[in-house]
Amino acid sequence: MRFGGLTAVNNVSLSVARGEIRAIIGPNGAGKSTFFNCLTGVLRPTSGHIFLNDEDVAGLPPNQISHKGLARSYQITNILPGATVLENVRVAVQSRHHAWNMLRHRYAFPELMDRARAVLDAVGLRSDEDELAANLSHGAQRNLEIGIALATEPELLCLDEPTAGMSVTETLATVELVRRIAKNLTIVIVEHDMEVVMGLANSITVLHYGEVLAEGTPAQIQANPRVQEVYLKT
Amino acid sequence: MLTLDGVHTYYGKSHILHGVSIEVKAGEVVGLLGRNGVGKTTTLKTVMGLVRPAQGAVTFEGRSIGGMAPHHLAHLGIAWVPEERRIFRLLTVMENLRTGLDRAGVTEAKRKTMLDKIYASFPVLAERQNQAGGTLSGGEQQMLAIARAMMLEPKIILLDEPTEGLMPRMVGQISEIIRVLHREGVAILLVEQNVPLTLEASSRVYIMEKGVVRHHAPAADLRANHAVIHQYLGI
Amino acid sequence: MAIPLEQILIQTINGIVNGMILALVASGLTLIFGIMDVVNFAHGDLVMLGGFVGAITIAATGNFWLALLVAAVVIAVFGAVLQATTLRPLIGRDPLTTILATFGISLVLQKYAIWQWGPSARRIQEPITGNFSLFYLQYPWYRLLTAVLAAAIIGALYLFLRYGKYGIWIRATTQDRVMAQAMGIPVPLVHTTVFAIGAGMAAASGVLFGPLGGVTQNIGLDFTLRAFIVVVVGGMGNLGGSILASIFISLLEAYAALIVSPAQAVIVSFIALILTLLFRPTGLFVPTPK
Repeated sequence: MRFGGLTAVNNVSLSVARGEIRAIIGPNGAGKSTFFNCLTGVLRPTSGHIFLNDEDVAGLPPNQISHKGLARSYQITNILPGATVLENVRVAVQSRHHAWNMLRHRYAFPELMDRARAVLDAVGLRSDEDELAANLSHGAQRNLEIGIALATEPELLCLDEPTAGMSVTETLATVELVRRIAKNLTIVIVEHDMEVVMGLANSITVLHYGEVLAEGTPAQIQANPRVQEVYLKT
Repeated sequence: MLTLDGVHTYYGKSHILHGVSIEVKAGEVVGLLGRNGVGKTTTLKTVMGLVRPAQGAVTFEGRSIGGMAPHHLAHLGIAWVPEERRIFRLLTVMENLRTGLDRAGVTEAKRKTMLDKIYASFPVLAERQNQAGGTLSGGEQQMLAIARAMMLEPKIILLDEPTEGLMPRMVGQISEIIRVLHREGVAILLVEQNVPLTLEASSRVYIMEKGVVRHHAPAADLRANHAVIHQYLGI
Repeated sequence: MAIPLEQILIQTINGIVNGMILALVASGLTLIFGIMDVVNFAHGDLVMLGGFVGAITIAATGNFWLALLVAAVVIAVFGAVLQATTLRPLIGRDPLTTILATFGISLVLQKYAIWQWGPSARRIQEPITGNFSLFYLQYPWYRLLTAVLAAAIIGALYLFLRYGKYGIWIRATTQDRVMAQAMGIPVPLVHTTVFAIGAGMAAASGVLFGPLGGVTQNIGLDFTLRAFIVVVVGGMGNLGGSILASIFISLLEAYAALIVSPAQAVIVSFIALILTLLFRPTGLFVPTPK
């Protein structure tokens, strides 16, 4: 991915198997965010392909990519603050089903409400369903984000620094959450928190200066001297 | 001279600093290490008044500065060299320096002395005096950012990742600059990801993780004991 | 239909003269926007107030030059107070808030002017009367004088920004407000000062324009609108661009006035605005980012 004269992501190739939890890590400026944005359709890659289920989705706008089965959460919380928790999720569920029926009242679709509540169960926010999203704690808001992404019934869930700005307790709760929902999903997660990464990921890709530095299981990455060097700059 | 005591800082609802306590004594070089996203830059920004601490105290030379405006802090003797350098790209090198030099209490003679001294330490800046800041290379901009901060004759410089994005050769130069500043008696709070440079330059080091200080030791101890470093900074 | 060359040349001069007055207004507006992201809907009303203050001063003293000075200073101070009390507390909020605030101020100023000076227009006598022969016309010297004065004021502003001691403060704050603060520059004071400068320049244009178009309470909107078109076409925050754009737009209107009536000629300005927004939204006179 080239920005003017700067190649932010240079020839990055990786493949994620179905059902895997893949973490993408790397020092500051390694190109993680840029890569992530290309993957999720926020940026259009300058060259290369992105195959989702054998279909090239590179360059598609985010809404179309969402319909192909890829959903993402955002680093800056993107919830609807004036709506209740349940509403937030229901709107996302709706995008998958009954998208264009404007004539009936929104509560006339019980199956949507059921699906929304199921999502809230999955992210542990069911007891807050009538709370205004703006009143939730930061950790709960981030989890709601994950819920909204989940509600679009993706095959691939992309999480962008889901534990940023969280306390240790909230972080642990989110890790638990991701572990629970990972059973039926493939997940790509960009994170800085190494404990989260090591605890969650099946495999890790390390980016450095826009290129893939190493790839492997957490144990392999931890043992990799090049990776240690890059992180410790020794 | 500078203390943070139980500081909590938020960006909106994001709770970035969960009770940070740090101290820098006059003339000391103190390192602040930690992986990305742990709150190192936020700590510096809290000191510089760019974000207000929600809880906790920040004191400088005995007086409480939490919530003071940045331009007052600059006059009190705190200078900030941010991570992105933030050179005024459309101002010349000289004009960049003048943003720090044009202060009350600086006589014409003093100006000349300070400029001569800075140009002696950074000859490349002398060469490019009248060039626009945005035309300088990364390393030159870093030098300009530090030189500009020195124009404030600060008592402490908040240095945020000065070696980021620089070639290895320039990293050595930054090390040298830190040594020179230390000799002049300027205290430095050095945020870095470059561990060897930090351990070499600092007398004490704090290690942060997830918005708190997890470890605090003299640099000598950490130089001898790598396990701690690996634990908090490695993979 | 052939248009005589002389008419084209005369309109060129008119365009430049009008352009210079407009530039005086627009440069203040773009300066204010560039440094503090404030879209000042009341700017044209500052022109109007300047005209009134100038008219009163001239009525009292008979001295045009004094009137120009007094108007500029009074409105500059007024602008400073206005910014410090109503706009400074809004810094950092949603831009819509400042737009609403300045719009509200604009309404207040217009009503105040009517209340204070009544609904009738004021006249300002030009300092130099007399015409010279320009082709088949008698062209007033005063019109040339306004262009020269406006150019002089803008020139002084440019020199101040470039070489003046506080010019650096203003330019640094415009480029990076946060870093400027960290360097000890008293940014809130710089903001107030720039607003005052913009207001003073607007007031000066009001006085210069007085002999040409009269001083009425509703000239504000016209100036604000024109100035906005210029600022967008020239590139928001771009001082040189706004000056070039002022002349460009005024010339367009002047030439259009050869074919249609002057009231309709204004349409070309709007066309220029729309085309700029469609194709070069950062401004016609801004170098394309590489």
